[in-house]
Amino acid sequence: MDILVCIKRIPDIAGQITLDGSGTDIDDAGLGHTTSAHEECAVELAIQTAAATGGKVTVLTLGPAEAVEQLRAAVGVGANDGILIEAEDSGAFGTEDIAQVIGDVIRDRTEGGQNFDLVLLGNDAADTGDFQVPIRLAYDLGYPVLTSISTFSPAGGPVIEARGIGPSGTEIFSLELPAVVAVQEGGVDPRYPSITGRMKAKKARIAEYVAPEPGAGNPRIGLELPPDTANEVTILGEGPDAAGALVDVLEEIGVIRS
Amino acid sequence: MSLVFVETDESGEVALTSAEALTFARTNADVLAGSVLEAAVIGTLTESAHNQLAVLGVDRIHHLESADLEAYSATAWAQALVDIAPETGTVLASGTPRGMELMAHVAVRTGERMAANVVAADEEGLLRQVLGGAAFERLQLGGDLQVLTLAGHACKPEETTPTTPEILTHSPESAAEDLRTRVVRTEVETDADNDTSGLTQARAVVGAGRGVGSENGFGEVLELVDHLGGALGVSRVVTGLGWRPHSEQVGQTGSRITPDVYIACGISGAIQHMAGIEGAKTLIAINTDEESTMVQRADYAIIGDLHEVVGAVNEEIRSRRG
Ligand SMILES: Cc1cc2nc3c(=O)[nH]c(=O)nc-3n(C[C@H](O)[C@H](O)[C@H](O)COP(=O)(O)OP(=O)(O)OC[C@H]3O[C@@H](n4cnc5c(N)ncnc54)[C@H](O)[C@@H]3O)c2cc1C
Ligand SMILES: Nc1ncnc2c1ncn2[C@@H]1O[C@H](COP(=O)(O)O)[C@@H](O)[C@H]1O
Repeated sequence: MDILVCIKRIPDIAGQITLDGSGTDIDDAGLGHTTSAHEECAVELAIQTAAATGGKVTVLTLGPAEAVEQLRAAVGVGANDGILIEAEDSGAFGTEDIAQVIGDVIRDRTEGGQNFDLVLLGNDAADTGDFQVPIRLAYDLGYPVLTSISTFSPAGGPVIEARGIGPSGTEIFSLELPAVVAVQEGGVDPRYPSITGRMKAKKARIAEYVAPEPGAGNPRIGLELPPDTANEVTILGEGPDAAGALVDVLEEIGVIRS
Repeated sequence: MSLVFVETDESGEVALTSAEALTFARTNADVLAGSVLEAAVIGTLTESAHNQLAVLGVDRIHHLESADLEAYSATAWAQALVDIAPETGTVLASGTPRGMELMAHVAVRTGERMAANVVAADEEGLLRQVLGGAAFERLQLGGDLQVLTLAGHACKPEETTPTTPEILTHSPESAAEDLRTRVVRTEVETDADNDTSGLTQARAVVGAGRGVGSENGFGEVLELVDHLGGALGVSRVVTGLGWRPHSEQVGQTGSRITPDVYIACGISGAIQHMAGIEGAKTLIAINTDEESTMVQRADYAIIGDLHEVVGAVNEEIRSRRG
């Protein structure tokens, strides 16, 4: 099974964030970059499935030239090759544009003789969280789509059995390929790169495309940070001696079982 | 007109998140061009849900029930919503996995854009959560129909003067193509490892992070969970290291919780973790590092080793119980 996984370069934020001069984006100058946990799981599922079925994993991203780092990281854990769709200002792309551009590259690959049986994405991007690119891409390609999928396995012929957590239990779907699947973290543990993986990543074959100007564009007008509400923390004490004070608080809230 | 997709729970009650979405639609009627409030219920419509919709101010209930809609299929359900959607106004759902998925399909099928995790609407447009809640994006969708999902807890459910909603019954037939992705079967979790309901419903959650130290370091926190009749929630470091199952993860890519009290033990307070606990009423931190974000953001904190502190808390609870 040949699988394409779409991943997105995002700033790796843990602490305080600040806005850039334009007020429409965060200032990621001092920050490292990563991809979302959902996408790491998608890459892991792709690697396992390709290994089990004798196929290949290609990773794709639409982003700045530096996004090649994220493609190489995915090759480092076992993807075979990468596709960079370079867009200087990827923030100007709306979900319709991203889906359309990815769709065009997939069609270009199909014409070149490379068919992807399965296109995996994350359920939602960790930065913009639009919850739309997988579904818009599926319509663009005319493929069926499932979202919030945690695991899947080949089910004979061009079919996979996919599982995801629904409101009343684990829901099981039978999905005919080619298809689009949006992966939700939780079903598999992404692997770490091995030493040989890191070597491979450096030499990885990355095909390059240049993204056209965005059509629909991004509906964003601006970005705002939550008001910095000064918080007063009451320090109950240090070490085990403070236990009594904490139990008093819990008793007041009324959560200790009698 | 505003059309709200309403989810019901196993006993047929309107889900709290849907009550939030209905309240948001009603209280923002002017900016959402939604002076008439409609609810869409797919599947059984109980007497109790009907009454709840009345006190939430719904003018009209679309009750959709048919063989094709019995098992969930995002495309079939979305098309059924498209068929009853207004031409101008708003279609919205709460930001649950189902709400997100359905609204995205509705947006594509109506040729509109969509905004996920909206928290507010005014003349300048919509405000929605991004970066797991660490920032807000202001945007304008344009278009005739606004398609959106409401972020969890962005709006408190509010009752109003009860209406007498008219019920319109539909039994749609779905195109074969729209049934390709229906649920084949559902396995009800007998495996507690996959069940997140305890976590999202608990009044008290004890959080455990890297500070716990190892897979075997959960003894004290689990005893505290037991004293509180609560649930254990963990950070991604803990699930990533395989110490506990992912179903216990709290945060941007785990569960979002709303307990009366959250006691974070050995958790630093990364924004992705904080995204999951915004809804906690009281936040207590137990951490060796006074400068950690968790301590700075907490209502109460104890500075110290979590094993010692939680051990002493358990002992205190046992001795007070006598
Ligand atoms: C896209 C993305 C999504 C993510 N989603 C999530 C998510 O859903 N949930 C989540 O939790 N994280 C998530 N993360 C990860 C997040 O950024 C942090 O890495 C993680 O929350 C840190 O976990 P931690 O607080 O347990 O560990 P650390 O950050 O290492 O903190 C450990 C804390 O324990 C304290 N400590 C150490 N020893 C002791 C002791 N003996 N007693 C008391 N305190 C002690 C330390 O002072 C420190 O504050 C995500 C990250 C990304 C990039
Ligand atoms: N610029 C991009 N490049 C590659 N994949 C993307 C890009 N943007 C979004 N995606 C994929 O689509 C998923 C959902 O994104 P979104 O709809 O923006 O929340 C992400 O988890 C990625 O897998």
